Amino acid sequence: MSADEISKWIVIVFILCGAIFCLLSAIGLIRFPDVYTRSHAATKSATLGVLCIMSGTALYFFLFKGHFSAQLVLAIIFVFITAPVGGHLITRAAYRTKVKLSDKSVQDDLRAALNENDYRQEDGSPQEAEPS
Amino acid sequence: MPFQILVNLIIALTWMYLNAEWTPISFCIGYVIGLVLLFLLRRFLTDKFYAFRLWALLKLLLIFLKELVISSVSVAKLVLKPNLDMKPGIFALKTELKTDWEITTLACLIILTPGTLTLDISPKGDILYIHALDVPDVEEAIQGIKNSFEKAIMEVSR
Repeated sequence: MSADEISKWIVIVFILCGAIFCLLSAIGLIRFPDVYTRSHAATKSATLGVLCIMSGTALYFFLFKGHFSAQLVLAIIFVFITAPVGGHLITRAAYRTKVKLSDKSVQDDLRAALNENDYRQEDGSPQEAEPS
Repeated sequence: MPFQILVNLIIALTWMYLNAEWTPISFCIGYVIGLVLLFLLRRFLTDKFYAFRLWALLKLLLIFLKELVISSVSVAKLVLKPNLDMKPGIFALKTELKTDWEITTLACLIILTPGTLTLDISPKGDILYIHALDVPDVEEAIQGIKNSFEKAIMEVSR
């Protein structure tokens, strides 16, 4: 096999892996039982799937077109900054508005902590908010 | 650290002036010379030598990539299981990290690795509440995060 062909296969494997992980997370989004487990599936497609596809594309441009695409690296960085913030805020808001955990859940340390008084006061969560 | 980088840049520029050679290559040579000088003089710096920090950062990145691949595969297995017999749950993780950006980094890394998700952080910032997709053994999960991410972040920041 020539070097050209080998690098072509590497690019193919990268992009295929990314596509498969995106597909898996889509399946997970449908199959999982509640908001929290679903957001696992939703935010994680944005990590390994996007990472694989973007690096595959960057590799393609580098090996075949001969220029290093800085925009693709930027895209990876920005997805990696925004995805966790989005996932965290959605699940946090869900928990604060008392969306139930699925029946399969085995443990919930946060409920006890949230019920403690000092947590609520320092945090200023809706229960303690002053009517304006 | 900004001070050391500035010193290093000045050394690189000085090297370029001394050679009267304005190419990227001579800049790189000057930068390497600056690194060596700073390394030799590291005892007189008030801060840690910054290349050590860069090295620790690189290690953190590699650990993250490794965890990302491992846990992605395990989550993929969970998704494809014919019967969904997983046990999701929320556990508390007491962290030893102090400053805001350390805790932010840890929380982001935990969310980015599949299977774990930071739900909430206590107001004092010392306890992270983590939702895990599958918690057969909480102690093990806590130890895993503490040993991999927390240690690596500490190495970068201290």
